[in-house]
Amino acid sequence: MKVGVVVFPGSNCDHDAWYAINRNLPGALHASAEFIWHDSTDLGKVDAVLLPGGFSYGDYLRCGAIARFSPVIGAVKKFAAAGGPVLGVCNGFQILVEAGLLPGALLRNQDLKFVCREVTLRSETADSPFTSKLRKGQIVTLPVAHGEGRYFADERTLDTLEAEDRIALRYLDNPNGSLRDIAGVLNRERNVMGMMPHPERACDPLMGSTDGLSILESMLSAVPALTR
Amino acid sequence: MTITPELVEQHQLTSAEYQKIVSLLGREPSYTELGVFSVMWSEHCSYKSSRIHLKKLPTQGKYVVQGPGENAGIIGIGGGWVVAFKIESHNHPSYIEPFQGAATGVGGILRDIFTMGARPIAVMDSLRFGPPVDSPNGDRNLRILTGVVSGIAHYGNCFGVPTVGGECIFEECYSANPLVNVFALGVCKADEIFYARASGIGNPVIYVGAKTGRDGIHGASMASAEFTEESKQKRPNVQVGDPFLEKLLLEACLEAMKTGAIVAIQDMGAAGLTSSSCEMGSRGGVGIDIDLDLVPQRESGMTAYEMLLSESQERMLLVAEKGREDEVFQVFRKWGLDAVTIGVVTEDGKLRVRHHGKLVAEIPNPALADEAPRYDRPHNVRPYRKAPMGPPSHIPISQDLNADLLRLIGSPDLCSKRWIWEQYDYSVRTNTIVGPGSDAAVVRVKETGTSIAMSLDGNGRYCYLDPREGAKLAVAECCRNLATTGAVPVAATNNLNFGNPERPEVMAQLVEAIEGIAEACAFFEAPITGGNVSLYNETLGEGIYPTPVLGVIGLMKTAIPAPVHFRSEGAHILLLGGLGQNHALRFGSSEYAKVIFKQLWGLPPQLDMAYEKRVHDCVREILAEGLAESAHDLSDGGLAVTLSECCTGDIGANVAVETGERAEFTLFGESPSRILLTTAEPARIHEIALRYGVECPRIGVTMKERLQVGDGNTMWIDIATTDLKQSFEASLPQILHTHNVG
Repeated sequence: MKVGVVVFPGSNCDHDAWYAINRNLPGALHASAEFIWHDSTDLGKVDAVLLPGGFSYGDYLRCGAIARFSPVIGAVKKFAAAGGPVLGVCNGFQILVEAGLLPGALLRNQDLKFVCREVTLRSETADSPFTSKLRKGQIVTLPVAHGEGRYFADERTLDTLEAEDRIALRYLDNPNGSLRDIAGVLNRERNVMGMMPHPERACDPLMGSTDGLSILESMLSAVPALTR
Repeated sequence: MTITPELVEQHQLTSAEYQKIVSLLGREPSYTELGVFSVMWSEHCSYKSSRIHLKKLPTQGKYVVQGPGENAGIIGIGGGWVVAFKIESHNHPSYIEPFQGAATGVGGILRDIFTMGARPIAVMDSLRFGPPVDSPNGDRNLRILTGVVSGIAHYGNCFGVPTVGGECIFEECYSANPLVNVFALGVCKADEIFYARASGIGNPVIYVGAKTGRDGIHGASMASAEFTEESKQKRPNVQVGDPFLEKLLLEACLEAMKTGAIVAIQDMGAAGLTSSSCEMGSRGGVGIDIDLDLVPQRESGMTAYEMLLSESQERMLLVAEKGREDEVFQVFRKWGLDAVTIGVVTEDGKLRVRHHGKLVAEIPNPALADEAPRYDRPHNVRPYRKAPMGPPSHIPISQDLNADLLRLIGSPDLCSKRWIWEQYDYSVRTNTIVGPGSDAAVVRVKETGTSIAMSLDGNGRYCYLDPREGAKLAVAECCRNLATTGAVPVAATNNLNFGNPERPEVMAQLVEAIEGIAEACAFFEAPITGGNVSLYNETLGEGIYPTPVLGVIGLMKTAIPAPVHFRSEGAHILLLGGLGQNHALRFGSSEYAKVIFKQLWGLPPQLDMAYEKRVHDCVREILAEGLAESAHDLSDGGLAVTLSECCTGDIGANVAVETGERAEFTLFGESPSRILLTTAEPARIHEIALRYGVECPRIGVTMKERLQVGDGNTMWIDIATTDLKQSFEASLPQILHTHNVG
């Protein structure tokens, strides 16, 4: 199973995602990652897409505001529309939001500072291709590292997200002021998820947590059903 | 333009230096040439005051692949891989403009690493500021602190290198002379190292990266003079950093190197285009011709003088194989970067610069790079110090040791720096096994399966009292930090931050410190492979404490080391190395004397290097045997502060220590060569310690919720671990919040 890791010039978690998929996931999943350059209009033959963290095009403007115009995002949109699983992590989440694939916005952290720390999260739904390996209510530990991760949407959108069970992950110790402690959300079709915490950084006991594996494993085990 | 004595003086060149220029050229220099000489012969670029003493440093060792003289030192780590690492200062710019000064400090050292073909995998920072509280300059000090921290975060986070550790100390002497020393380390295949030695007559000289602007002109000279009231006018001398561009430059350079078409490469740091071209030429024994009209420019109308001296960031100069330029251009195009041939390698050893068709500079490369003046500045005096030797006649007896301890662990030097390091991405690249807030940082190297431990340390108070011993203590502390994680030191880098070398008593500090580092690095087998000297850290005649900062790296097998904090109740607490020598003369250099008495006297702690080394060997064996549940070395603040740090994981301790000395000395004395261990198997550890001839008293047992310390009869300290944690963690955010900057 092949995961396309999108590489923008300022992506800096692309290698980490690659390493987690190729080296940390159980061999039985036969997962492999390959890089997709940002000016590609074609994703090639991939079964899932991961938009990694970083600073896509420098992000001196709003994070992801330029990335949404990149050629590869057009291809990602098509892939998503066809039902393929798309996971955006950190900057990837910001880009998915800017690209309109997910609702809401990611604002500067409440205290206006970059924050890097381990956070505890609660899985809010097992009904998604990204959290199916987690029990609803399961607590996981993942690192965050971002300056603009405060999830924001209007009340109606937030209510809709809750009503449609599209809030995938919530912070137990909200590090950035996200509304309703939202750390990860799904699109209506449930094949696109964005999350601020970094699952790829928590796939190896040496890194202090292996909870990120569940997210990646969920995504990969969902592939056959989604791309059928 | 005629060169007048005033013009020479404005360029910070002495008349003797000017005469040397005239004789090297065989004529009067042009204005442009004068500018070029002034930066290349500045203290910052030429090390003219320190060079003869730096020769005393040990530079050889079995792991050393490249010693001083290149962009970074290189150490073999086995398996066909090497690491490149170095420390560099950006002190002067960070005072003038904290955010950009610190940001470009990070950018500069990162380029030094990847210009050698190594991908940066770790950064650490050693920071010193004026005190945030109890200082007439408190608010300004805080602005510098917050500016520097956000500058480092801005650059490192975007670039994608984890900032894994460092230190941050506050002292009045750094109020107008903050120190920002940045250490970086990268990995590279042993057979893919790139050097900055131009070669191949007729090979093209290619400019890559950002366009040249007017920023940073004379930055190197600025860093080579004292600050005066007018220094703030030098703000335009500070460069502006673009970490995204640096990231592109990193990827493009590493990719271009893989083509095999690159012969030599050097970043444009201090003195920009000038230093990169003449140093590459000089190292390779060749000349370089460049045409400034071809240089990508950010603005129009720049003079040759400005372009040669510009310190615009994120630029590199490289020499490619003739006929293979396109392979290089293609890579840079992919990354959206400028790459232009601006010159050619020649055989006559000269740097020749043309602008608008006219020859504007023609200087033999060695004149700039190798024949810079070297001074044996007078230093045969006692190193500068104003502190008394003898302790005060009456050292007050503490009325409340609990309160003293809480004050100490909440003091700016000793409190948790979480507020700082949480702003740095310390886990990107998924290599950080031990991040900030521990004795040493540990980063794995995925390619080899081994790990690198690294530690930064310096102590200005110790060095002020005795530069030689203080410098040795810094080396010892770094090596102890490494040993406490199980690593063996293999190499070191140093950043020598001092005042005005033209003052003999300051020069004496520098010489003493270098000799101390030399002795200790030789003893601990951590040769110096590069570093940086930052002099003239003086403002209005007030200098800093002599502050050599050491960065030592060590090798270890990849595993999670024993943590700092206590892990379980009922574990035996051992003090490997013993209770140490803590008495009045040596107590004046302690954090306790600083925080509680606000005084400084006497001498730094006494170091027995042979004993220290036995402690290191001993703890490595204990850790390798898996006998320690936790391990934390003693340093600033002594035993009581170390115990408190071990208690921040909520397990407390009951400890009894009997030394016959006063409680304060026993609790807070900073005698070195000591490591606090907890274990379930004290007998096996005692056996090992005995074999190494190292004392290892059992001083207590871990327990729930409280830290209690006494001498067996009297209870000196009895505090809830939650109170310790609160004081330790909440202090810095509180200070910043109170001053409205947090």
